[in-house]
Amino acid sequence: MYNASDLRKGLKILIDNEPYIITDFQFTKPGKGQALYRCRLKNMITGITFDRTYRSVDSFEQASLEQRVMQYLYRQDNEFCFMDVENYNQVFLSTEQVGDAKNFLTDNLEVEILFFGERAIGITLPNFVNLTVTHAEPWAKGDSVAGDSKPVTLETEYVLRVPPFIQENEKIVIDTRTGEYVTRVKG
Amino acid sequence: MSPGSRAESLSPELQRISSRKPALLLRAGLLRAIREFFEARDFLEIETPILIGAPAPELHIDPVEAGGGYYLQTSPELCMKRLLAAGFDRIYQISRCFRKGERGKLHLPEFTMLEWYHAGIDYRELMQECKELLKFVSNACGSGGKIRFRDNEIDLEGHWEYVRVEEAFERWAPIPLAQALREGDFDIIMVEHIEPRLGKTTPSFIYDYPISMGSLARSVPHDRRFAERFEFYLGGLELANGFSELVDPVEQRSRFKKDLESRLAKGKSATPMPERFLGSLGSMPEAAGIALGVDRLVMVMGGLSYIDEAVAFTPEEIAD
Repeated sequence: MYNASDLRKGLKILIDNEPYIITDFQFTKPGKGQALYRCRLKNMITGITFDRTYRSVDSFEQASLEQRVMQYLYRQDNEFCFMDVENYNQVFLSTEQVGDAKNFLTDNLEVEILFFGERAIGITLPNFVNLTVTHAEPWAKGDSVAGDSKPVTLETEYVLRVPPFIQENEKIVIDTRTGEYVTRVKG
Repeated sequence: MSPGSRAESLSPELQRISSRKPALLLRAGLLRAIREFFEARDFLEIETPILIGAPAPELHIDPVEAGGGYYLQTSPELCMKRLLAAGFDRIYQISRCFRKGERGKLHLPEFTMLEWYHAGIDYRELMQECKELLKFVSNACGSGGKIRFRDNEIDLEGHWEYVRVEEAFERWAPIPLAQALREGDFDIIMVEHIEPRLGKTTPSFIYDYPISMGSLARSVPHDRRFAERFEFYLGGLELANGFSELVDPVEQRSRFKKDLESRLAKGKSATPMPERFLGSLGSMPEAAGIALGVDRLVMVMGGLSYIDEAVAFTPEEIAD
């Protein structure tokens, strides 16, 4: 059990049997009044957010969540399939649940899947992934200045800007937290 | 060596503290202006002990225990009123106050309070004095009465708003005041529906609080459900709390007793009854007094979003 004074940004609590994460938090106390805890809560399954103010007498159940290492297998229509590397169990996440991570998913990539009970509700990617450039305009030496960049398309159909010397079929490293180019994969 | 020349070698924490320099310069200027204001009006600057035996009992304010039966003051209120009783008619103090567990964007567990008392005036005249102080310090700090805070411009030379608590509930709250009090929702409604509308573009006084929320305030003579208490808001920030002082020791004792009992009923610790204060209260003249948060004043005047930016060190930066 948590008390209102335990509330803080990032804490995961259970409301009406669903997990919520506190995305914004503010302690407040109106003139000589009681302590109040203003929270913005995000439903970790539906993504819906709402604001609620709690008092110091309120208490909360912890949302028990678990991360499991799983492998990305395939996408079928609007569902992404992942497999537990230990027991070969398979689970599905929707396009909404996968979100921007779809830009970086390649077959057999190991990711962490977030479970609420037996229900898969979210995904965490490795911070860096290697992806192949499938389309890039050729680079004419000398016609660019330092700091220039050009758009390329990756195997996941993700488009981003990279330095002009990157060529088709090269592998590059992407930071999945920002979606930005990091470096060329050597060798 | 100038601080700038070594800035690059500073740790991130020292860089952060160093970046507060403009705010700390403003703070020093505000403190000078406050003293100048009161000096010119024949107020005496006083210092009362921070270690005290009995803070004023408040249901929602938890004092820090200092050992040996002492507490760190939650406000200098009781000592200052004893000075009033002893014949000091106009006094002010800038001191540190301590309130356990209060930490947020606008709260520090140790903060700086400006508190002043003026014998012979009531809360309406005190609102006027508060207004004059604000204008004075703002001019002294070169803002010319114009304040930019949270994307709003507030003109201290323009219109000032005065609204009764009951009226504020009628205007902005989903339920009337009486119902909010009955259901224990006063504070939540205040925070969610009323505070955001106060003092955003005009300085605002909200006054005549329910009597249950003015433990040390005199009741409104023609309507005893209310206390002659006000709060001052600037830029949506609660900056000051003032009232016509209650000078009836019997009534004051019974209110303290009630607050101490409510604390115990809520499983909170009760502090000793402030007997020396109650003993002096019979000699206290009619007066009005007010407490103004200096750190928040620096925030508003400096356009700062966090109280952390208004002090040299936050509590987290001194915890080893």
